[in-house]
Amino acid sequence: MISAERIEEAAYGAMFRAGIEIPEDYEAGLREIAKSETGDLSAFVIEAMLENYEAARQDRRAMCADTGLPRWFVKIGNEARLEGGFIELERRLRRATARATHDIPLRPNRVHPLSRRDHNNNVGINAPEIDYSFEPDANWIDIITVHKGGLFGSDYRMLFPADGIDGIRRFFMDTLIAFGKRGLACQPAIVGIGLGGSKDVCMTLGKHAACLRIVGDRNPDPDVAKLEDELKALGNDIGMGAMGFLGSAMVIDCHIEVGDCHTGGMPMSVHTFCLASRRAVARIHADGRIETRTDPNWFTPYMRRESVEWRQTEPA
Amino acid sequence: MATDGTGLRKLRLAAPVSDEDLKRIRPGDIVYLDGVIYTGREGVYRKVVTEGADPPVDLQGVSNVNFHCSPAAAVQDDGSYRIGAVTATASFRFSHALPTWFEKTGCKMVIGKGGMSPKDYRETFVPVGAVYLTTVGYGTGALLGRGIREVVAAHWIEELGIAQAMWILRVEKFGPLIADSDLAGNSLFESQNAAINERIESLYRGLKLPALRRHGETDDKTEELI
Ligand code: SF4
Repeated sequence: MISAERIEEAAYGAMFRAGIEIPEDYEAGLREIAKSETGDLSAFVIEAMLENYEAARQDRRAMCADTGLPRWFVKIGNEARLEGGFIELERRLRRATARATHDIPLRPNRVHPLSRRDHNNNVGINAPEIDYSFEPDANWIDIITVHKGGLFGSDYRMLFPADGIDGIRRFFMDTLIAFGKRGLACQPAIVGIGLGGSKDVCMTLGKHAACLRIVGDRNPDPDVAKLEDELKALGNDIGMGAMGFLGSAMVIDCHIEVGDCHTGGMPMSVHTFCLASRRAVARIHADGRIETRTDPNWFTPYMRRESVEWRQTEPA
Repeated sequence: MATDGTGLRKLRLAAPVSDEDLKRIRPGDIVYLDGVIYTGREGVYRKVVTEGADPPVDLQGVSNVNFHCSPAAAVQDDGSYRIGAVTATASFRFSHALPTWFEKTGCKMVIGKGGMSPKDYRETFVPVGAVYLTTVGYGTGALLGRGIREVVAAHWIEELGIAQAMWILRVEKFGPLIADSDLAGNSLFESQNAAINERIESLYRGLKLPALRRHGETDDKTEELI
């Protein structure tokens, strides 16, 4: 049985690490892309960002004052047992969010959409979001927090099968150009793309692709992986760098997640995970041990399962 | 003034900023500030510009540098404030508020995210002799937070909340910032955008048109989309 106390402790610690420490895969990706950046202003911006990560780590202060929306992704082993069940889990995640907001401090970002009422703790109606997934043959739970920034940089479009890869390229560039100007997307970014699924799942897949996979990771489907490489190169060929200045550093990596969709459509969503690509993971084992990491490892083979698990009878 | 290997010019200026220093600023300069600046964004503008309230202090005597920001701050048990990181918010949204704001406060320098439109510079900034500096990244919150030496005051914190309150901050080597506009209304973002736009057509060449176009690409709602 995993105790509620340990869950809150793990979540509180993950909030600090996410807010303060840039994940190593993103930082390494930024250093890599900086090597080929030719624009002097764009290169200056990247240099300043690398200094900023260092300052955040040294001072133990948030790397970006825009907290974005801190939220939770929880992967639960099928054999895991939680003290107080899921209701207690959610209560602890909300408490960890509020406590860490004050103690780090993070900027309270969550307000009511109409009244703009602010509880000053990043907790409120439907906030923080908590997403769940499951893992067979495991007795641990993974508590993942993502502080997703950016009012700009995401878009959705219903494409059609006839639009093909050209349609995908077009919408990808439309979004990067629109939000890359003046650096509204705070690029270079990890670009996540949802392809297929229902409308809402298409958005979710793209968001997860951006936030829950690490730089350098490729989709196991070779055709999808090829498209990831192609779109990454396309984004870095637009001619735009950090802050929308002339340059080439736009896309640190491109991740695509697919879901089967309506036979008449090809929905697509684009999401950017910004210069403050904040994520942290804590695994709580059945014996209470907490292990920390930055790779969410969200898309397990079980998550991406392709087909039915039983043998289909071939139609006669 | 100094330049480093990048060839970019670096300036370190006192805040409130003097007319003389304002004249020196060129688009693309890297700027650091020492002195006093204040934050103000939609909450403050709503009260002062829309509702007609007076600013909570006489800003003429405090600073002429308006930062479009809200800090990651917490009120401590003893009532003092702790500031972690600070980052700017996108400034183009405040275009409507600035003419009245400049008139009421004597503001001469706006620091924010992403610049304002060339029209804003021509019609609002140039006539009063104000310039715009953008923060860098834009996520350099920890570096900017380091530059904050002291919270001089926090106004309207009860009414507007931590994010929207007016924070008066004493800063030292606050930056880096990049000058977008100068006193003549030239804009770095505008010239960079123009250079980037030249290439855009060729990027799309050869891609077939989408089966369905959508509103939003045009303001003409009578236009057929298919
Ligand atoms: S988009 Fe990211 S880096 Fe930019 S201000 Fe928001 S959280 Fe910070």
